[in-house]
Amino acid sequence: MNIFKKFLDGIGTNRKSAKVARERLQIVLSHQRSDGGDIDFLPKLRHELLTVICKYVKIDQEQVNVQLQRTENCSILELNITLPSAKEQTA
Amino acid sequence: MVKSESKIIVVTSGKGGVGKTTTSAAIGAELANRGHKTVVVDFDIGLRNLDLIMGCERRVIFDFVNVIQSDANLSQALIKDKRNENLFILPASQTRDKDALTAEGVERVLADLRKEFAFIICDSPAGIERGALLALRYADEAIIVTNPEVSSVRDSDRIIGVLNSRTQRAEQNLEIKKHLLLTRYAQGRVQRGEMLSVEDVQEILAIPLLGIIPESTAVLNASNSGVPVTLGPVSDAKRAYQQAVAVLLGEESQSRQKGWKSKILEGLKLFTRSPA
Ligand SMILES: Nc1ncnc2c1ncn2[C@@H]1O[C@H](COP(=O)(O)OP(=O)(O)OP(=O)(O)O)[C@@H](O)[C@H]1O
Ligand SMILES: [Mg+2]
Repeated sequence: MNIFKKFLDGIGTNRKSAKVARERLQIVLSHQRSDGGDIDFLPKLRHELLTVICKYVKIDQEQVNVQLQRTENCSILELNITLPSAKEQTA
Repeated sequence: MVKSESKIIVVTSGKGGVGKTTTSAAIGAELANRGHKTVVVDFDIGLRNLDLIMGCERRVIFDFVNVIQSDANLSQALIKDKRNENLFILPASQTRDKDALTAEGVERVLADLRKEFAFIICDSPAGIERGALLALRYADEAIIVTNPEVSSVRDSDRIIGVLNSRTQRAEQNLEIKKHLLLTRYAQGRVQRGEMLSVEDVQEILAIPLLGIIPESTAVLNASNSGVPVTLGPVSDAKRAYQQAVAVLLGEESQSRQKGWKSKILEGLKLFTRSPA
């Protein structure tokens, strides 16, 4: 009975659980990595960048985009700053 | 007088209870066995445990925080192991003050330790708070202790990100060498598809493998008696930690990795009596 149950477990749910774990991890980690989840200074960096840029050009919060991506060998810090058009600036 | 070969190695994981302290004690003791002057530093302020695992809890008088706050000097706080003259421990304090560790203080103490020791093993607390960040901040290399289980692997990935961004070496654009140590591995369960395999974890985390430590009764026996696994009687865990240290020291080259991995797994099989 016990052996039989073990056998069933073996070919039933358990056999797949490691595979399920692997797939779930791959998904959750792809998010975690693109979030730059480990970098808690990103919001502060973003804020400070905004302050500095605002000394020269008028922009708002949404126009500074800071992102961190981790690949196998390195991390890439991506800065995207949309400057207002010349017309808007002088207006 | 600075030992050029002096190395600071952090033992970290993110997740709690995966085997960092066990590993710090076992690897520290094995390095000492091989004649390297080694100190194991407990960064788990408020939850000191390394002293118990290493069996010197009754000899703690001064601790890491006392040294940082200049209430004691380093030589007063360091405890020399009674079994191995190359092995020392710097115990954590039991203070509840979370700010007791300062970056400057830690940096200064580690710099002093570098003058005397070939290896400085930093036993990190769990989490990614102050204590854990300071434990890894000045490291040259990192051992990432991981259990073959989803939450542990996820946290390890997180810690790898932290190592790549928050260490002094990372800030100086220097490489920080990372080693994966898979612990509490149950070969039988892996074969039955119930547990992530070493290949799975290695592929996901993408860092070189230092070793595989089996789930072992020897670990509890060791902590019960306050003897690091590698100072205790022959066991599967002891052999696995010895093997890991050989890889850490570069005795087993990268190109031979496949070879030694299958050797370890074979070793584990020998020790697996009934399916775990
Ligand atoms: N290979 C192993 N086999 C069996 N039990 C183990 C193994 N490694 C660790 N353990 C057990 O797991 C528990 C946690 O180990 P340990 O204290 O080393 O973890 P830790 O990562 O330092 O924990 P914390 O995050 O709380 O500091 C202990 O009870 C220990 O005996
Ligand atoms: Mg611990």
